[in-house]
Amino acid sequence: MSGRHTSGIVQRRGLHHSLMRAVLFAVLGVFCIYYLIPLLVMISTSLKSLTEIREGSLISLPKEFDFSAWEKAWNSACVGVRCNGLAPYMWNSVMMTVPAVAISTILGALNGYALTKWRFRGADTIFALMLFGAFIPFQVILLPMARVLGQLGLAGTIPGLILVHTVYGLAFTTLFFRNFFIGVSSGIIQAAKVDGAGFFGIFFRLVLPMSLPAIVVTVIWQFTQIWNDFLFGVAFTIGDSNPVTVALNNVVNTSTGVKEYNVDMAAAIIAALPTLAVYVVAGAWFVRGLSAGAVKG
Amino acid sequence: MARFGRALERRLPAIVVSPLFAASLFFVYGFIVWTAYISLTRSGVMPNYEFDGLSQYVRLWETPRWYVAIRNLFVFSGLFISISMAIGILLAILLDQKVRIEGVIRTIYLYPMALSFIVTGTVWKWMLNPGLGLERLMHQAGFENFSFDWLVNSHYAIYTVVIAAVWQSSGYAMALFLAGLRSVDDEVLKAAAIDGAGLWRTYTGIVLPMLRPVFLSTIIILAHLAIKSFDLVIALTGGGPGYATDMPATFMYSFAFQRSELGVAAASATMMLMTVIAIIVPYLYSELRKTSG
Repeated sequence: MSGRHTSGIVQRRGLHHSLMRAVLFAVLGVFCIYYLIPLLVMISTSLKSLTEIREGSLISLPKEFDFSAWEKAWNSACVGVRCNGLAPYMWNSVMMTVPAVAISTILGALNGYALTKWRFRGADTIFALMLFGAFIPFQVILLPMARVLGQLGLAGTIPGLILVHTVYGLAFTTLFFRNFFIGVSSGIIQAAKVDGAGFFGIFFRLVLPMSLPAIVVTVIWQFTQIWNDFLFGVAFTIGDSNPVTVALNNVVNTSTGVKEYNVDMAAAIIAALPTLAVYVVAGAWFVRGLSAGAVKG
Repeated sequence: MARFGRALERRLPAIVVSPLFAASLFFVYGFIVWTAYISLTRSGVMPNYEFDGLSQYVRLWETPRWYVAIRNLFVFSGLFISISMAIGILLAILLDQKVRIEGVIRTIYLYPMALSFIVTGTVWKWMLNPGLGLERLMHQAGFENFSFDWLVNSHYAIYTVVIAAVWQSSGYAMALFLAGLRSVDDEVLKAAAIDGAGLWRTYTGIVLPMLRPVFLSTIIILAHLAIKSFDLVIALTGGGPGYATDMPATFMYSFAFQRSELGVAAASATMMLMTVIAIIVPYLYSELRKTSG
């Protein structure tokens, strides 16, 4: 940490200073607890039995670890009328997310590259028009999209969702790559052009290898967005093809019999685990996506 | 042949971009035009392409439920944006005081952003439920008369959405402000310290005014989140009790997919789009002008 850029206030040392530091860490600590409590409550509730939930308190730790709620959430909780647990819906989300992330990232890279390094007439206008797509409230495209998916025979299917996520992810991925490529010197690309390298040759051999940071940021961003999406999932799929977010909401709101909070919480953690894992492993990249997207929202 | 090849090569960038651009024209602009047109027709369960003027907008604005949605949007956005900004600024300033474990703390503050709003809604629904949640906890702590039924109280339920949304997004505001603070020149801070300006004066008088662009972009990002909020409402309250926590996004969804009133749904979607355009287009315009120099 020592070589890091430092800012903040130059302080006098002494009692006053130590007191201020104590207050500073107390406040920071309180907020750590604030952000962590829901996660801890989620985990501890998922490990309790229903009896313990009824008799214990919200923040008490489980007396003994009971994994039955996890098992039930995974393979026998009721999603609406079907009681197969979340497992098949997790699979749906994987099948939807992986292709949608891959396709939208590749197309975004190509698009950003063509728009910045092969500037042709109207490139800026095209970019501005495409960028707008990242900001529209998706309510405005739900109705026509449902009709088009129906006409393509993709209504209620996972390929349909892949199409939707790819199309509306493109504005973001193009934005990320354009911002990255603008910072890349055009010198080497010009040199490659003089040497006779073509559009795709330069892209695959020169540009793609050096855009690894942009690829990582884009993949993480798209993965988080698409995995966590609920609106498209609930509007364009039914039952069997639901992504896990929709299934989770159905588990929680299935109102037959006793409310099983431990199963709800286990299901919520299961649905959150992939994006949480990515965040823990690659948090810095995720944050870069957030701030790179400060233009975007 | 060689000439043809060169000509093709020169056009290749445009040829690559055009199908993507065409897709965007169709799926974004074409769809917007379709929705906007449907909002001007007599469409009910099925689309009806006969022009009917503004009758759907008249119906929309005569629907009490739409007023609830609009009122909720204002209450929610106002509180959500101001509380998230306040927490964000506070935490960013505190974290900027050479805190050694800053990386760990920042990770903790930001992880909710990686969660789905459905997960957030699920866990807050459990914590705020009147039977076994916070209320019980307070009773056990000795506050026998403590009562917290906001989740099922139609007057207060919207505030539970604010609570959960602030929890999820205030870390984001912190990250944006922290990035802004890091861009402030150290010399400015040293000069302030030499002049004897205290911590409070330095930040309120010197640093924060320099961050005006960060304020603007954070407000816009949060406002944009607020207008689109749909998942969290569905997961936390389902729009209820009744339709007490409806927002424009849930209103539109309900009229489009549950009540099959396409005309009203399209009119409400168009209203949402116009609101977003009014906020985002001037901002984008200034941002793009800035980056392209």
